[in-house]
Amino acid sequence: MAGNSKVVGILGRKVGMTQVYDDAGRVVPVTVVEAGPCDVLQVRTVARDGYEAVQIGYLDKPRRLASRSQRGQVARLDSKRSRGRASGGVVPAARADCEPKRFVREVRGSVGDLEVGSRVDVGAFEGISHVDVVATSKGRGFSGAMKRHNFSGQRATHGVKKCHRHLGGTGCSAYPSRLFKGVRMPGQYGARQSTMRNQKLVRIDVERNLLLICGAVPGPNGGFVVVKETNKL
Amino acid sequence: MSQEILNYVESTNLNENVCEFEIGDMVDVHTKIMEGAKERVQVFSGVVIAKSGSGSREMFTVRRIVSGQGVERKFPLHSPRIVKVEIKRSSVVRRAKLYYLRERSGKAVRLKERRTDRKKVGSRQ
Repeated sequence: MAGNSKVVGILGRKVGMTQVYDDAGRVVPVTVVEAGPCDVLQVRTVARDGYEAVQIGYLDKPRRLASRSQRGQVARLDSKRSRGRASGGVVPAARADCEPKRFVREVRGSVGDLEVGSRVDVGAFEGISHVDVVATSKGRGFSGAMKRHNFSGQRATHGVKKCHRHLGGTGCSAYPSRLFKGVRMPGQYGARQSTMRNQKLVRIDVERNLLLICGAVPGPNGGFVVVKETNKL
Repeated sequence: MSQEILNYVESTNLNENVCEFEIGDMVDVHTKIMEGAKERVQVFSGVVIAKSGSGSREMFTVRRIVSGQGVERKFPLHSPRIVKVEIKRSSVVRRAKLYYLRERSGKAVRLKERRTDRKKVGSRQ
């Protein structure tokens, strides 16, 4: 899209929902996402990793809370091993030289002019009309089949005894004498990765790092989300 | 924090020249509508019986009687499609929601007129 070969993705937090008017004066329901700026922590290349992607990080994490490996991911740490490797002529991988990050994700796609240490902000979404949003949906715990799979349950009267919200039959009898795999039943619902694809990008606010995305986005307000250019058109 | 951001997003939507009117006012609401490819202004006149919501989400309800049938239309106050709201007459009302008008018909629908400040000035002259 837009002749853009570079991967477009950013990390952010869901702020909440509201509504705005579009150019035609219609009301559009939008989710506000506060996104970026994100630091590029690593760059995956076909030569080294077999695929192309950028690893970006969002929000600083206090150094005292970050593990040594997390600190070493963003800045070069001195160690006996690194000194040994340097003396052996091994060129260490590039570091972004920033604070440790709270939320780190990889976005696949061609790297373009991005390199370790460069910054990504919502301005990258200029000219993009639709996005995919990946987030963790709200956890609903162990839920019944009615809530989890929109089953109808059973009747309120006509002799139904204490199983008004039951799922009903789950299979046949003598044949096959077992339950087929994948039968929808009660179980853990939510708190899983969920992707909303092809959501319209209504507005970009570069000054305040905001993306206004038409419709709902998975997860609670304040939850971390990944926004990227849609691959479904 | 997050509420501040939402308030900001909504504030970008506020219509600055929003018309001020009260519950119980007889108003003419001028709205832009698309008729095929052409745009024209349509007028809906009636009594403002309710306001709801806040900020850029505020709505108001206008009720009128069309050939013996009560008709209510709800408008977004800050919609760019609303050209203007003209106040024809103000009334003395003691409620924020005039839903009781729905059960009334004929003469019982009338509201007592409230003299506006402008008219007071006029009467002094």
